[in-house]
Amino acid sequence: MIKLSKSDFEKILAHAESELPNEACGLIGGVIEDGVKIIKKVYLLTNIDHSNEHFSLDPKEQLAAVKDMRAQGISPLGNWHSHPESPSRPSEEDKRLAYDSKASYMILSLMNRDEPVLNSFKINGSDAEKEELVIE
Amino acid sequence: MTITAAGNKKEVADGLTVAQLIIDEKVETPEYVTVTINDEFVESGTFESTVLKDGDVVEFLYFMGGGQ
Repeated sequence: MIKLSKSDFEKILAHAESELPNEACGLIGGVIEDGVKIIKKVYLLTNIDHSNEHFSLDPKEQLAAVKDMRAQGISPLGNWHSHPESPSRPSEEDKRLAYDSKASYMILSLMNRDEPVLNSFKINGSDAEKEELVIE
Repeated sequence: MTITAAGNKKEVADGLTVAQLIIDEKVETPEYVTVTINDEFVESGTFESTVLKDGDVVEFLYFMGGGQ
C-alpha cells in the first residue's frame, strides 16, 4: 500500500495540468512503516524532453530532490508522471525504462480532464503490478 | 574510513572504488545508474578508477523516464 495526502495529490494534479500538453513528472519521498509507503513530500521536476509523449527527469533536479529528502530524514520512494492523453497504466516505454524494482511508479492520467486518475505501480521487467493507493 | 552511501553512513575499506561500492550496495541495473560524489556527477565509464575518500557522500540516481 502507498499513501498520498490529498494536498499532495492536488499539487501533482495542478502541476500536470499546468504542463499540458506535455507530460509532467517528479519524485516522491517518504517513509516506509510496516510495509506501507507513506509519501511525505512530492517533488515537481522538469521534464527535460518537453514532450507530450515522453518524459525524462532532470538529473540535477533529481539530485537536489534526493538531497532535500536526506535532509528531511525521508527516502526516495519512486516517481510520478502524467499521461496527458492515455490511461493511468504503464506503457511499454514506461516498463522498459523502469530500472528500480523497489520504486513506486505513479501515473496520473489526464485523458478525461474532468476525472483525472492516479494509480501507482511496481514494475519489474515487463511485469507491472498495481499497488493499493490511498489518497486521504 | 567512513562514507555515506544512499543516505547511510558506513565504514568501508580504504581504496574502495565506485564500481565496488555499487556491487557491495547491491545496486540494481547499475548500467542505468548515475553516481554522484559530494554533488558532483561521476562520469560513466570511470567507476572502476574512481576511488572514494573518507567523508565522501555518494548517491545513486536511477535514470527516470518513460512515455505514454
